[in-house]
Amino acid sequence: MSITNVFTSSIGKKYIMALTGMALFLFVVLHLLGNLQVFLGPEVLNRYGAFLQGNVELLWPARIVLLILVGLHIWSAIKLSAENKAARPQPYAQQELAAASYASRTMLMSGLIIAAFIVYHLLHFTVQVTAVNLTGKDFTKLMDAKQQHDVFAMMVTGFKQPVVVGAYVVAMFLLFLHLSHGVGAMFQSLGWKNPAHGPLIARFAEIISWFIFLGYISIPIAILLGYGSSYEGLTK
Amino acid sequence: MNLTLKVWRQKDAKSPGRMVEYQAANIIPDMSFLEMLDVVNEGLIARGEEPIAFDSDCREGICGTCSLVINGIAHGGQRGTTACQLHMRHFQDGQTITIEPWRAKSFPVLKDLVTDRGAFDRIIQAGGFVSVNTGGTPDANALPVAKVDSDRAMDAAACIGCGACVAACKNASAMLFVSAKVSHLALLPQGKVERNQRVLNMVQQMDAEGFGNCTVTGSCEAVCPKEISLDFIARLNREYGKALLKGATGHKETV
Ligand code: FES
Repeated sequence: MSITNVFTSSIGKKYIMALTGMALFLFVVLHLLGNLQVFLGPEVLNRYGAFLQGNVELLWPARIVLLILVGLHIWSAIKLSAENKAARPQPYAQQELAAASYASRTMLMSGLIIAAFIVYHLLHFTVQVTAVNLTGKDFTKLMDAKQQHDVFAMMVTGFKQPVVVGAYVVAMFLLFLHLSHGVGAMFQSLGWKNPAHGPLIARFAEIISWFIFLGYISIPIAILLGYGSSYEGLTK
Repeated sequence: MNLTLKVWRQKDAKSPGRMVEYQAANIIPDMSFLEMLDVVNEGLIARGEEPIAFDSDCREGICGTCSLVINGIAHGGQRGTTACQLHMRHFQDGQTITIEPWRAKSFPVLKDLVTDRGAFDRIIQAGGFVSVNTGGTPDANALPVAKVDSDRAMDAAACIGCGACVAACKNASAMLFVSAKVSHLALLPQGKVERNQRVLNMVQQMDAEGFGNCTVTGSCEAVCPKEISLDFIARLNREYGKALLKGATGHKETV
């Protein structure tokens, strides 16, 4: 029996699910902290954007690692779910789930919708496909006074579209749902839980999920309500 | 009390089954659930019909043989109670009660409400034991065991192997059962020696039997008649990880 059992055994696949989930969760937190710089004004945000884009040697490895993490997370999810389905071929005529929360029962669905949202989000703000931003403007052409990509103007223009904001809010709610179960469950799957600090983990999962949800939606909603409208970079 | 029962009837392992309706008349509230079924069966036998087959043995909540999903909940939904210890006073006169067997690929239905739980026996055979003959009961304190460890081992050892955890889990996972057995032995000095090999073998057998995977929903813990905690599953996950890293023989020789 060797370490490759991680890919074949039930518990091993849960380790993969939990470890990739944890790495993606950390990314979500860092991404949020980075994005919240929008509230520090155009200069700070555009400098941050230029910093990220300027390190190609780091940017691409980071993107590839993230892609592998997402791939493994989805692979283990689909594999585990298929096994779970197969484990009960004859359903109950009547079944009351004694404890399972709504979030825990809908992990696959919320996860897959979030994956679809990530594709949209990448097309929207990373690849900057004009067709998906619903403004008719080409985001790649936005430049600030320092000839850096004007990320601030891009965000403000992008989130002036109520439909787009709606999609982001719905996706972030699903992320909230996904994390409200997932963050606690990953500690359990990795065996990093015991009766003493179990309640602490549950509380942490709840608070961090709310923080992520409110943090992310604060940006599009603030912009929709007028934040950044007076920015001179918008007129160009 | 008069009740309407909807019961899963299935001739044998090969035949398809279906829900059949029965009337349970003149039931005394102080009867246990199984006694109520006995009364219904007497009626069926008197009418020359095939009685409803169900498992039971001790009828005092300690053997884990009874195995009924009552109104969609394994053992009927009274916390810490097996179906044989559930009394009819918990139901209302005129109520309709559905009764089904444990449903899992690894627990095939043999007849009506009786399932084959041999999968659990094979998991135990894969490692749920101590290989050395430990002799008679040792003198108290001859083998020092910390109080916290003995308490936790006892909590895990309370598992009666009924399979309600599998029945209640939306994924038909046997993790609570396996975690209880692995934890109980790994916590005590007699069981520690083989802990790595044991957890690897038992999990391998669990997977081979076709049980689902734990998604930490907590339904198992909620229906467990012995109230085995979900924390044991975390302990099993920890044990398994350590065993994978150390390898099967990664234990200290004690002699
Ligand atoms: S018959 Fe023994 S526990 Fe119910």
